[in-house]
Parts: sequence; C-alpha cells; structure tokens
Amino acid sequence: MEWESVIGLEVHLQLATLSKIFSGAATRYGAEPNSQACSIDLGFPGVLPVLNGEVVRMAVKLGLAVGAQIAPLSVFARKNYFYPDLPKGYQISQHDLPIVHDGYLDIDLGEGVSKRIEIVRAHLEEDAGKSMHEGLAGMTGIDLNRAGTPLLEVVTAPDMRSAKEAVAYLKTLHSLVRYLEICDGNMQEGSFRCDANVSVRRVGEEKLGTRAEIKNLNSFRFVEKAILHEIDRQIEIIQSGGKVIQETRLYDADRNETRPMRSKEDAHDYRYFPDPDLLPLEVTPAFIEGVRMTLPELPPAKRQRFIDQYGLTPYDAGVLTAVREMSQYYEAVAAALTGDAKLAANWVMGELSAALNRNNLEITASPVSAVALANLLMRIQDNTVSQRVAKEVFEAMWAGEGDADAIIDNKGLRQISDSGALEQAIDKAMADHPEQLSQYRSGKDKLFGFFVGQVMKSTGGKANPQQLNDLLKAKLAG
Amino acid sequence: MHNLSVTEMREALTRGETTSVELTGALLDRIASLDDQLNALITVDDEGALLAAAAADARRARGQAGPLTGIPLIQKDIFLTQGLRTTCGSRMLENFVAPFDAHVVERCHRAGLVNLGKSNMDEFAMGSSNETSYYGPVRNPWDTKRVPGGSSGGAAAAIAAGFAPLATGTDTGGSIRQPAALCGITGIKPTYGRCSRWGMIAFASSLDQAGVFARSAQDTALFLEVIAGYDARDSTSVNQPVPNYAGQLTQNLEGLRIGLVEEFFGEGLSPAVSGLVEAAIAELEKLGATVKRVRLPSVALSVPTYYVIAPAEASSNLARYDGVRFGHRCEAPEDLKDLYSRSRAEGFGAEVQRRIMIGTYALSAGYYDAYYLKAQQCRRLISNDFKRAFEDVDILVGPTTPEPAFRLGEKTDDPVKMYLSDINTIAVNLAGLPGMSIPVGFASGLPVGMQLIGNYFDEGRLLAVAHQYQRETDWHRRLPPQFS
Repeated sequence: MEWESVIGLEVHLQLATLSKIFSGAATRYGAEPNSQACSIDLGFPGVLPVLNGEVVRMAVKLGLAVGAQIAPLSVFARKNYFYPDLPKGYQISQHDLPIVHDGYLDIDLGEGVSKRIEIVRAHLEEDAGKSMHEGLAGMTGIDLNRAGTPLLEVVTAPDMRSAKEAVAYLKTLHSLVRYLEICDGNMQEGSFRCDANVSVRRVGEEKLGTRAEIKNLNSFRFVEKAILHEIDRQIEIIQSGGKVIQETRLYDADRNETRPMRSKEDAHDYRYFPDPDLLPLEVTPAFIEGVRMTLPELPPAKRQRFIDQYGLTPYDAGVLTAVREMSQYYEAVAAALTGDAKLAANWVMGELSAALNRNNLEITASPVSAVALANLLMRIQDNTVSQRVAKEVFEAMWAGEGDADAIIDNKGLRQISDSGALEQAIDKAMADHPEQLSQYRSGKDKLFGFFVGQVMKSTGGKANPQQLNDLLKAKLAG
Repeated sequence: MHNLSVTEMREALTRGETTSVELTGALLDRIASLDDQLNALITVDDEGALLAAAAADARRARGQAGPLTGIPLIQKDIFLTQGLRTTCGSRMLENFVAPFDAHVVERCHRAGLVNLGKSNMDEFAMGSSNETSYYGPVRNPWDTKRVPGGSSGGAAAAIAAGFAPLATGTDTGGSIRQPAALCGITGIKPTYGRCSRWGMIAFASSLDQAGVFARSAQDTALFLEVIAGYDARDSTSVNQPVPNYAGQLTQNLEGLRIGLVEEFFGEGLSPAVSGLVEAAIAELEKLGATVKRVRLPSVALSVPTYYVIAPAEASSNLARYDGVRFGHRCEAPEDLKDLYSRSRAEGFGAEVQRRIMIGTYALSAGYYDAYYLKAQQCRRLISNDFKRAFEDVDILVGPTTPEPAFRLGEKTDDPVKMYLSDINTIAVNLAGLPGMSIPVGFASGLPVGMQLIGNYFDEGRLLAVAHQYQRETDWHRRLPPQFS
C-alpha cells in the first residue's frame, strides 16, 4: 500500500518593528524580564490599543510579494482564553477578515522542478508573553516583554506532499521575508516559528486524513525530522487498525518524537468577536501602491538575472540569491572582477561560505569584506598567486592578518613567473634526479608530475603552474 | 457656599471673596459630616484636594486661572487617578492604585479643577441602582430609603446633596441620565467618541462614554467643554474640534423641531412622570419649539440587544482580572485554575458574575450567530430609526425613566425588572448619540427627569435647549430638604 502525506504550514513571523503592535514599548529580544512591557502590554484597567502603522506596511509588503489580495477592510478580533502569559485574557488577532489573502509562493524542488504553494491568508496579531519554569521551584515566572510583539501569521493550503517540500517552502518564505526586511528570520529566538499540519492518506484517496498539528519546530532540520516522524507515526497507527485523532502535538528534538499536547476535545472555544477598541483597518489603493514602490528585487527575479547577467548555473544562482546579503556580497565581488563572475561565484560559495559555516557566522559578520575578497581574486586573475596559494592568503585574511597584497608580500607568496628562475629550478631538479629523467625520456610520461612536484618543492609552491608546465615539457623533451 | 453654581463660585473666586482652599475645605467638611447618610464617595482625598486647591489659588494669583480653576469636582471611581486608588466599585480593585491618569482626569487637572475624591458606583458600572457596589449602596438625597440610580449613583447623589458642583460619570446604558433623573440634577452623555476612554475602566467598550453631572445646563456646558476632545490613545475617539458649549447656550428655541418619542410613553410609564414630561414639552413649545410625534419602532429591541452586546464585551474586558498581575488574588492558590476561579469568584460580585456568564454564553461557538450577530443587526436597526427621525426633527424627547427613584432592595431580586429601568436610555448608547437628562418636576416629592436626545455631536443644541428651559423653570434649583 502506498501512502501520501499532506502538509499545510502556519508560520508566525515576528515583524521587525521597533515598537509593539498596539503600544509604544520596545520589541528588542533578550531584555531583562518585564523591562519592555508598558501598562498596555500588561493589560492594565483602562488601557487601549492603538495600531502601529508600520505593521500594516509590512503585512502589505508580504502580500504584494506573494501575489496576494490585500483586503481593503480587515478587522481585528479578540481571541478569548485564559493563560497567565496572556495579560488581557484575550489576544488581538484577525479572524474572519485577514489583511492578506489568496497568494502563493513557488518553491524550487531541484532539477528544474518547481511547485506552487497556495497561501490562504496572512493575518496580523499580537504575541503573548512567556511562561518561565526554570530556576523557579514550584512557581511559574511570567515575562511579558514579548507580549504585544507584532506577528504576521502566514497560512498555506495543504499543498505540500513531503517533508522536503515543506522545508523548501519554509526556506523560500524565510528568504523572502528577509529580502523584504520585515522579519529577521531568527528561528532560535522565535522570530520565524512554524507549526505543521500533517495528515496521511492512501495514494489515490481524495479525502484528507485526520490531521495533527505539530508545534515547536524551531529549525529547518527539526521541521523535516518532525514531519518525517509524524508521517511514520500516523501510517503505523492506521496500518495497525487504529485511527489518527485530531490533536496538537509537541515536537521533542532531543528524542526526535512528537507527543500529544492537547486534543480536539479540550480545544478552546475562543469566542472570537470584533475588538470594539479598534476600528476596522482600512488599506487604500494609494497606500498599497506606495508600498509596492518600496519592494526590492525579489529572489526569483534576482536568480534569473544572475543566470542571465553572470552566466551562472541555475543552482549557483539559487544558492547566491537565497540570502539577500549574500547576493549583495556576491554582486560586489563580481563587479570588481569585471568579466570573471564564475571565479567570484566559486569563491563566495566555496572558501567564503565554508569559513562562514565553520565559524557559524552570517555573511554580514564576515571578517573578509567583499572588497577584500575581490582584491585577493584579482591577484589570481593577474597571476600573482595561484588558486592554491590564494586559499592560504584567504585564511590569513580571515585571521585578520591584513589585506591580500600585504599578506602576499609579507609571506613572500608572489608567484615565480620569471622564466630564468624557473629554468634554474628545473635544471636543478633534472640534475638531482638523473634516473627519473632517463626513465621519463624512455617513455614513462607519468614522471612528469614527479618533476612538477620537485620544482614546486624547491620554489615553495610559488611557481606559476602554467609557465612551469610549458617550460618543464620543453626541458624534459631535451 | 455649597449650593453656588460654578459661575457663582468662579465670580466669588475672581473677586477674592473666597479661595479655592476655603471652598474645597468647606465641601470636604460637608462630605465628612453628611456622607454617612448617602455613601456617595468611596474615597475622599482631603490632602490631595487641599493641595490642588492651593495650587489653583497660586495659579489664580499669577493671573493664569482658567474658567474652572479652583472649582471642586468629584471623579467617578471608574476613572484612573494616579496615586489615588481606583476601585471601580469592586472588591477586585480594592487596593488598585493606577500608574497614570485617565484622559478625562488629565483634562480636569489641566483646567485647574480640584478633585475631592472618587464617587461610589455600581460594580464595574453594572447596575441601575448603585446597589451592586462592593462599597455598599448609595442613597438618594431626596429620600434615603430610595436608590439614586446607577451606575453613576454616587456622583449624582453627591451633586444633589451639594458635595460639589461638578462630577464626572460614565454612561453605557443610561448610567448618567438615569441617576441624574432620579436625583433631580442635570447630566449629559455625549456622542460616542466625544471623550476619550483612555484610563476609563472598560465595561462595554462600544457603548461606554464619559460625561458630566451638574446642577444646571450652564455648569454642565462649562464642564463638558473641559473633558471633551480627541485623544490619539483611544482609537475610537473622534478628532473633531470641541465647540464653545457655554457660548451656544443663548440660542433661542424659535423653530426648534422636537420629536416626542411615542415608544417612551408606552406601557409601564408612571402617569405622574408622563404628565410632568408633557408639561415640560409644553414649556418648550411656549419658547418657540414645534412638537411632532415620532416613532422609533426598533427601540423595543433595545433592552435585549443591549443585554447581549454589553455582557459580551464585558465578559472579555473583565478577563484581565485574573489575580496574576494586579487586583484581588485569592489566598494560597492550589494551581492555576484555582487561582483564576477563586480570585474571580471572590473579587467579583453577583451582578458582574451574572453578566460575565451571559456574555460568555452569547459569544460561545454555536450561539454567536443567534445572539451576538443578531444583536449587532438589531443595533443597526435602532441606529437607522434614529437616523430617519433626525431627518425631520432636531431633538427627541421623552421621560428619562418610566418612574421616579425606587426603594432600595425593590428590584435587586429581579434582574429583568432592574434592567427595564434603563428602557428609555439604552437605545441612545446603542446608536452612539448624545443624550441628556434635566429635572422637570416632582412626583410625590421625588424628582422626575426628561431626556433630550440629539444628533451626533449636537451636544451644543441639547445644552442650549436645557438652558433655555432652565431659565424659565426652577426645578433644577430645588434642593433635597435634608441636604439643602
């Protein structure tokens, strides 16, 4: 029996505003508990919410970027439930009438295959605070710094059919929101949070299976593992004659399993109703057009341009445009290297990315700037250093030893392109190894490499490889 | 001194015949000696009042006094006052001291008004008799066995008893107009959005509106001008300039088109009340107004509509009182659920709990469409009735309440009977219109009020009509014999 999984995703984007959605308190992450919660965030008697206009701009920006409809009138509702980290006893959210609806995102599945994922809606809401249990024996601490932080919840249709597709969607959305500068995308800090609705059905079946909602997925890797685990769990239940129940499950990364959090039976009745403290939110066509003007070049367009303009493969273009800052870095390097966009691509995706990954750094924190890297690559272009030596120089640059030219000079890494010096070195190698020379001359071509090695050794690797090749061939031929 | 109008007090202050400190001290003394009989104030702020009075006198000495500088007032205990506790008539907030002032309170400070204290009220403004207050019922100065009305009963009783010339109130379903009528004073609930709700503890957000009590339309006009106005902190406050209400009082009534609302003269109306209101309307005709009968058929839906919408909003507004961050918290909670249920059961009185339950029910899955949504539709019908009526008339009139003040305990066992005492005032809140009550006579020694309803932002006209009427009559000058 063949199985098919059906996945829909809900992503909570923390919008990168300076202040909260309904108050003037700051939204900075990691501040002293309750130091960024004003009387509005604390839900004091007599306080009232006032909408932060910046969140509207950001929501519209996302809506336009995913080809969605922007509702001319949307409504904030109250979602009522009791919880200690929910100060007012209700969350202000958009329910019946979200600000953004009916958009889509195309995801790249590799090998030229792409798929369109429908975005059903994106709505604005306020975040709750945090309950803290650690180090508070028998008590629960409440930190309301996060209460009132603006969220945009982006909800897809159940369009994905595998964990891989789900991850591709998330990466695409993650890249997009960072391009739009509406969310910092930090998954560990909870700026980009994902819940996955997963169900399975037999291939060919049209009816959707009963779904489970999985929460607490704070990295792409966990999303993939959690979904894979949940699919297996559900198939197993059905195959052993059981029934999947509709419930919310929590992913435990340490054990790589999901476990029940609450079932449909104890689901809240949220008693939604329009918030009488806020007027319906009106978004005019003029406002939308104003936001449209501020849209940057988006990843799909940039990727195509990289293919056309720099002659990159679709894969390379995809890698280089995934993160906005990476694409900007690349373009700066390529521009300096007039004509050798491929060299720039190889280095940005190779040495630079490897070093960033090793050190767990974002491109914006790279110790080697785009200009510095371009200067090094120009020394490859003009044969001052070989690719191999350039890597050594790069390491030194990374370690903060200076710019490329200084390091090359200080370490004496300039390539030997002086044919006199090279000839001397070749003569010496031939004289030192008469046996190998006679073997070579009697037809053992393989020994060419041996002589290259000898010359490189005696020149400390600085011989210009192409020149050495030509000279050595001529000399060995006798 | 306690029976002077604001204008008379101001003149005395200007002429140097008295000072604000003297005036304030006299009223504080009066409250101290008489409030045992009324229980009109929950908190008296002697020290703060005398300090504010001294500041007002200093301001006057510097030549910087405004029209109301140094005049004493009483704030309803629903408005947050920084540093002075705000209970909202509830045990839940027995020890709650707000960290900031309500917008209305800020405005009063800026005008140099002197706050004597916080007036008693029905718990969270839920009530029509001031009997739901955790701090005990307020008594009507005209007959202390009777209620002053509610929810702003303490404010109305305090004005009638001469504790202050001005008091703030709030009106969600009649909480200014009904007690004004029952206590024989003047009160206005302005258009929804005219005053900011910032710092005014919410009962039903789409209906709540701050307003004013005084002993005359003239004083009411002077005070409304102070507290009205836009505030960016309240998204529902309307950015429209505040007219010079006092300056408009002299408009004559020649050609004024009055609509007599037939529905307000229906079943349950006391004949004595009906007769007095009809006499008052005749007086307005003598002043040049024309009267026609107007029908507002959907007004019959007001009470059921209101008792879905108001509790629904209240059930959500009052969820924040959970014992976690402020307000009453039960002793030694066993767990979270226990903390919630005991804190709320102990902190809220029966009427508040009843309305939270009604509201929670009305919003629940499966009932929302039948109750909340239906009520919103009725609300629109009611607004449309008024809209149509104002195409032909300038103001609407009728009795404020069907009968004068009832006895304490008379309606406490029957919530529906209690709710019906607001039958004439509720529709005005549902439509968001301004409404006013003025005294028009006495039935068996108890004051009777007439309600004036205006079109949106037409408070100036209501005040002018009331003022012209009060120039011809002296009902508003009558004082309760025990408190004259």
